[in-house]
Amino acid sequence: MLVIVAWEGGIALFHVQQFLLPKPSEIVRAFWTDRGTLWPAGWYTFKEALGGFAVGSTLGILAATFVGRFKTVGAAFMPIAIAANAVPIIAFAPIFDVWFNPLSPKSKMAIAAVLCFLPVMVNTLRGLQSANPRQIELMRSYAASDLEIWRRVRVPTALPFVFTALKVASVLAMIGAIVGEYFGGAFTALGVLINSDAQIFHFVTAWAGILLASMLGLALYGAVVVAERVLVRWAPATREA
Amino acid sequence: MSDKQPVVSVMNVTKTFAQGNVTALQDIELELKPGEFVSLIGPSGCGKSTLLRIIGDLVPPTSGSVTVNGKPAKQARIDRDYGIVFQDAVLFDWRTVAKNIALPLEMLGWDKEKRRARVAEMLELMELKGFGDHHPWQLSGGMQQRASIARAFAFEPALLLMDEPFGALDEMTRERLNLELLSIWQRLQSTVVFVTHSISEAVFLSTRVVVMSPRPGRIAGIVDIDLPDPRSVETREQPRFFELVTEVRELLRKRGEHLLPEEQELL
Repeated sequence: MLVIVAWEGGIALFHVQQFLLPKPSEIVRAFWTDRGTLWPAGWYTFKEALGGFAVGSTLGILAATFVGRFKTVGAAFMPIAIAANAVPIIAFAPIFDVWFNPLSPKSKMAIAAVLCFLPVMVNTLRGLQSANPRQIELMRSYAASDLEIWRRVRVPTALPFVFTALKVASVLAMIGAIVGEYFGGAFTALGVLINSDAQIFHFVTAWAGILLASMLGLALYGAVVVAERVLVRWAPATREA
Repeated sequence: MSDKQPVVSVMNVTKTFAQGNVTALQDIELELKPGEFVSLIGPSGCGKSTLLRIIGDLVPPTSGSVTVNGKPAKQARIDRDYGIVFQDAVLFDWRTVAKNIALPLEMLGWDKEKRRARVAEMLELMELKGFGDHHPWQLSGGMQQRASIARAFAFEPALLLMDEPFGALDEMTRERLNLELLSIWQRLQSTVVFVTHSISEAVFLSTRVVVMSPRPGRIAGIVDIDLPDPRSVETREQPRFFELVTEVRELLRKRGEHLLPEEQELL
């Protein structure tokens, strides 16, 4: 809040060129007056991010579940996954555009999905492997099957790890969709709108687009937090947060 | 009592660990009669926890065999013939205290109503009434361990395996839980194998104390505890209690001459 006041006041005080850095009040006004083009564009991009988030996270969880079943594979895979995580995936965006057709939302979904996949997979795998050995011993004393141990010990232990990853992935998905659109996309997409407005010095509209993108990113993040509160109610960390 | 079938028989059990070629246990012979409370005591590395896990079929012996209730240890585990308590309470954070106690009952396929009734009974018995809806991390260490004991006793197994269950608790809590354990043991008439580091705890609780020595882990001697039942706070003040504590300590010391100095200090 203080930042916004300082921003608004600072611009008025130092006579900053309006087109370079508009006042927050101007941005909010543009956000409202351009709602006809801006909001549908936001929704269009949000659906791309959501689709990519869903696909990437699901695949990440499935891959971790599969790899986690086999200890040696998991141990061998971990360093590769961490190395792969360091690859700047966003750099592949132009290639995905060609593969999936830049005008199709699928190309942006693909970028968002690839961005989400690794953190979700690495964290889920770590979670599945973090089960307390005593708890597993206890379950074995009850003659529990591997499947029961998985369901009653490994999955609950992994859940907080999964949600930590999903929170990261929710932000990455929105970044992936928007940056993907910077390299070209449908005229109805938010990233394309921001990019073209910035190029023709419509900075107020570009800023309004960024504001909308932030709100949508926060909404996705918030949805994950709500799901976490419901599903991981028991964890001391969730309770204190 | 001797004509009854033993609850546990350990026959000629040896355990070696491939890593470092350590002989954890050598030629262990032990029999537990129904209703006995037997403590395993000895310095670190004497294999007492390993022996407990072999009885529970959580670790396989290298040679020799174990029967529980007349069955091979593996069959006894599959039949859920024993309950187990560890040094840490090992409660599941995602379950309430009541649901933690109900876990073995769920595994045994008890219906909901029967589970609820038994859990209420166990909460009452272990002085946890009113804490059933709490999560484990909301409880003190002593209360967590009580919940873990309630969970182990909930399905009334014939045998209870306890691996230093009170090792992490303070002296006061420990002595109180000792008394609670004895009263629930007498009530349910189960057989207990109890691993501990504490000589006075072993003497206070047990009908027999098995003294073990390390490298390789062997039984150094067995002390019959002929203190009058039921044991109470006064038991620890009787001359006979001190005689028995001394007897166990002597046995530990005699067998511990080859120990490292810091291990001898523990005696």
